[in-house]
Amino acid sequence: MDLSLNWLKEYVDIDTGRDTEKIKEYCERLTRSGSKVEGFTMAGDEISNIVVCRIKSVEKHPDAERLSVCMVDIGAEELLQIVTAATNMKEGDLVPVALDGSVLADGTKIKKGKLRGVASNGMFCSIEELGLTLNDVPYAVEDGLLIIEEDCKPGDDIRDVYMMKDTVVEFEITPNRPDCLSVIGLARESAATYGLPLKVSEPVCKGTADDINDYISVEVKAPDLCSRYTSRAVKNVKIAPSPLWLRARLRAMGIRPINNIVDITNYVMLEYGQPMHAFDRRDLEGGKIIVRRAENGEELTTLDGVDHKLNDSMLMICDAAKPVGVAGVMGGENSEIKNDTTTVIFESAVFDRASIRLTARALALRTESSSRFEKGLDTDTPEKAINRACELVEMLGAGEVVCGMIDIRGEEKADTKVEFDPDGINAFLGTSVSADDMRAILASLDIKLVSENGKEYAIAPKYRTDIENKADIAEEIARMYGYDKIADTAFRGGARVGRRNARQEFVRELEELCVSLGLYEVMTYSFISPKIYDKLGFAADDERRNCVVITNPLGEDTSVMRTTAAGSMLEIVAHNMSYRNDNGAFYENARVYAPCEDTDTKAKEAQQLLIGIYGDGKDFYTIKGICEAIALKTVENYVSASSAKRGYEIKRESDTYLHPGRSAALYKDGKRLMIFGEVHPDASEAFGIDRKAYIALIDTDALFAMRRGEPAFKPLPKFPAVSRDLAFVCASDVEIGAIEAVISEVAGAKLETVRLFDVYTGKQLGEGKKSLAFSLVLRDYNKTMTDEDADKITSKIIKACGEKLGAELRS
Amino acid sequence: MKDQLLNIKKALLAELEANENNEAFDIAALEALKVKYLGKKGELTAILRSMGKLSPEERPIIGQLANEVRSEIEAAIEEKKTVLGSKEKERKLKAEHLDITAPATVPSFGGRHPISIVREQMENIFLGMGFDIAEGPEIEREYYNFTALNTPDDHPARDPQDTFYITPDILLRTQTSPVQIRSMTGKEPPIRIISPGRVYRCDEVDATHSPMFHQLEGLVVDKGITMGDLKGTLDLFAKTMFGEKTETRFRPHHFPFTEPSAEVDVSCFVCGGKGCRLCKGEGWIEILGAGMVHPNVLRNCGIDPEVYSGFAFGMGIERIVMTKFAISDLRLLYENDLRFLSQFN
Repeated sequence: MDLSLNWLKEYVDIDTGRDTEKIKEYCERLTRSGSKVEGFTMAGDEISNIVVCRIKSVEKHPDAERLSVCMVDIGAEELLQIVTAATNMKEGDLVPVALDGSVLADGTKIKKGKLRGVASNGMFCSIEELGLTLNDVPYAVEDGLLIIEEDCKPGDDIRDVYMMKDTVVEFEITPNRPDCLSVIGLARESAATYGLPLKVSEPVCKGTADDINDYISVEVKAPDLCSRYTSRAVKNVKIAPSPLWLRARLRAMGIRPINNIVDITNYVMLEYGQPMHAFDRRDLEGGKIIVRRAENGEELTTLDGVDHKLNDSMLMICDAAKPVGVAGVMGGENSEIKNDTTTVIFESAVFDRASIRLTARALALRTESSSRFEKGLDTDTPEKAINRACELVEMLGAGEVVCGMIDIRGEEKADTKVEFDPDGINAFLGTSVSADDMRAILASLDIKLVSENGKEYAIAPKYRTDIENKADIAEEIARMYGYDKIADTAFRGGARVGRRNARQEFVRELEELCVSLGLYEVMTYSFISPKIYDKLGFAADDERRNCVVITNPLGEDTSVMRTTAAGSMLEIVAHNMSYRNDNGAFYENARVYAPCEDTDTKAKEAQQLLIGIYGDGKDFYTIKGICEAIALKTVENYVSASSAKRGYEIKRESDTYLHPGRSAALYKDGKRLMIFGEVHPDASEAFGIDRKAYIALIDTDALFAMRRGEPAFKPLPKFPAVSRDLAFVCASDVEIGAIEAVISEVAGAKLETVRLFDVYTGKQLGEGKKSLAFSLVLRDYNKTMTDEDADKITSKIIKACGEKLGAELRS
Repeated sequence: MKDQLLNIKKALLAELEANENNEAFDIAALEALKVKYLGKKGELTAILRSMGKLSPEERPIIGQLANEVRSEIEAAIEEKKTVLGSKEKERKLKAEHLDITAPATVPSFGGRHPISIVREQMENIFLGMGFDIAEGPEIEREYYNFTALNTPDDHPARDPQDTFYITPDILLRTQTSPVQIRSMTGKEPPIRIISPGRVYRCDEVDATHSPMFHQLEGLVVDKGITMGDLKGTLDLFAKTMFGEKTETRFRPHHFPFTEPSAEVDVSCFVCGGKGCRLCKGEGWIEILGAGMVHPNVLRNCGIDPEVYSGFAFGMGIERIVMTKFAISDLRLLYENDLRFLSQFN
């Protein structure tokens, strides 16, 4: 909402002049009392040094047929010579002249100079060069000099002549305060903020002896959508441009002047916040106005020349036969004010906010009017507004106002009465404002206090649709008293340690672990394209395709809630590869979503940890190592990866997006916690990954459920351990894990760690053979393990490996 | 014989002295010397063996002398050995010299996403003030997201142009406030929680908009909670988060779920309030919405507003990340380019 400070001055004694410090102070004070200022502009400052001059003589340019040389009086001692190409001027005319060093509305700087050898001390201006239009200066011509018809003299600043100097403050008005979408509303806020009186008088209009009922009858057929409808008539209308002051105000507030009647409706809308409409009486068939819902298929061309198909959800203003306007949105072309209009019917009404909003949206027609109705208007203002319009008609001599007003009132909201409890308000705000100061604040906001049964009650004016309860009254006090004056305090309840719960702490530690493993955290959208599932190679009946679907997505790319974050990670890997980030290592603590009938939101949300890596030195074993490290730090009881006591198992397992021969899963107690491996070549291609990449998908929820406890100290072993190295020769397809399993099984509790330390293939071993060398640490917790004890174990291991895997001790 | 003994000593000392600066004279050479003089076939031993020829009177005198000579020789050799030992250590250390300018093996490290970094800083401040962290579903019931929060039925935020819907009753939460409702419902105050998390709104992606972003909200409900408490809490938060000199400005505003409501600005932490590019010359940066919990909201959660009062606040984490790190394009946060991410480790 733009506010002209010139207009504001009419209602409250705040005169900032052109002093930017004062203007800034005004903006700051209003912002702090609740009317947020977005900024201000100094209207008129876009042009400078353009003054009125009187043309004293016009002569032909000696060397240019199309140019004239004029001598002009700018109120100085000497006449000034101006060369012009214009032709519509004559001696004695007053025209604007841009002097040396002046600036035109489009930013052009004017300097004196010579035109075809003749000195010119400036330039005559057209309305366009002043930043004006024919709407602002109706008597001007579009392609020629502006011949000034205002009362002025040579030397006058052109901005004063056309009332162009103003300060326009832009307010952000919150939706609960439609009353502030008006000059009077903002004037009231300004007056209350500054502690000054508000000077608004009731509109007065003399009227003629005629009777309104002879001009129009009104019927409201949709009282649910129209809580008040007022109408007045003006006869003997003389359509003409509005006076300059009125046009200047409309222009400052961003509204194009049209003619006196239309301008009056707009002026009143800006002043009171009450949208109005004016119909040409001739076009209202049957002399009737009927407020009703449209019939399906009815049509109307609005004032902007656009044809609309209507339906029965839309509220229309109709005459006896047809729609003549979309209620609260825009009038119809068929009944608009024309240059020869002689009788005008004014409308000032309240329409249902939701209905207006839906209609405006359905017709893609958002207007100054609809945006006000959408926020909810009160039923008191229409009467004031229509009377003000009539007052202006008389003031402007635009016609004769017919006596009487048609007033159809529907169900109106009763006054809200809220207990006024100064102590309660102070306790709520943490202030100690005196009851009298509070009363003064409420009075300045037009909120009345009444006493009943020893209690005081506040009654808000109808236009304050937002005031409903004690907290609302407290807010009025708080904002006018000043939020900044409320002392900062610590809330009661005393000291208390806030903490993350076990799960939050677990996830935080898990993320810290990922960082320490060299991974960078990424964040991706929770919604994805269903095509991601194709790229991941999911079968048509894969249950992960069953996802929560957004009914109104921005686009296909963000249309379903992901059931897995694997695709998101592969996209990040592909993105980074494409930007030649040579080594990538990422993790995402990702939420995933699946339909679920058992929750109140019909969805189940789970947490996954995704890891994606690629680059130098990274292979399957890197991702495996990361996964094991995570398992060791989260679900294992403080052991190392080579410990025979570790509780997880790595099994060969794959998924559609993983290389079948280079993927595995990590299990603990029969529960799969992770799946990882090299990205399947098909998935790589689908995502645009052009190098080997490795990905892990970790079930964070399962990890948390199986999380280890606090570390329990165990005494250090009292007896020494024995090391034994065993190298086996076996067929090359025997897996290391298989031998480790045999070692583990045979050695039982005495095996502390087993670690592969060498793999060898060579001619001496023979075709299809390999050698695997393991380092074992054996320990007996109850006594010193002797060499004989150790040898017994190793020989059992050797035997078992031979029997079960055909592995022989390497000699 | 006495002279012989003294000569042996003299000869050894002379030999040691002669080799004083001989680099080739190492511990092995010293050992050889020791054998030569003190060994079984050594010179001193030879003399001692001939002691039998001496008279009983001479024997103890020569014997004592012989012992003295032996220990003096041993001491001299031992001394020399220490010197040679440290010389050899020095030589060895010198030989092990490395080019310390050669590249190191730096362990690779990762880093948190800037949104997580800032979120955690914020969480820690509120944890310190005794808040717990509450969480809730992102796919949320319309009731918790709007109705219970006193949002009018025709409020534009409910519009499908602003909110993603799954069904007419279920949506992607547009704020983390539904967590407040879930936390209050059926719970007896005092309540002191923050709820960080993802929220969704129908905004096309551009430099300052994203259809998914993060919020952190807070809620305190107890007897006698005042607006001064809200101001005190947020001022303390701002000073901890942005620096001791930070000022806060509370401006009246409107939210359906709080009354009175405020927008909260912090003094620009780049220019300190003088006005700069970051704060667009205003000296203030808007970061928060806040207010006293609307009595209707308390009532909707079964809490009597005549007995209890509370305050709530909420802020967008991305906005704070962007101002704090001077990131001008929101899209960078979701592009996850390593060159971006690695700037925050």
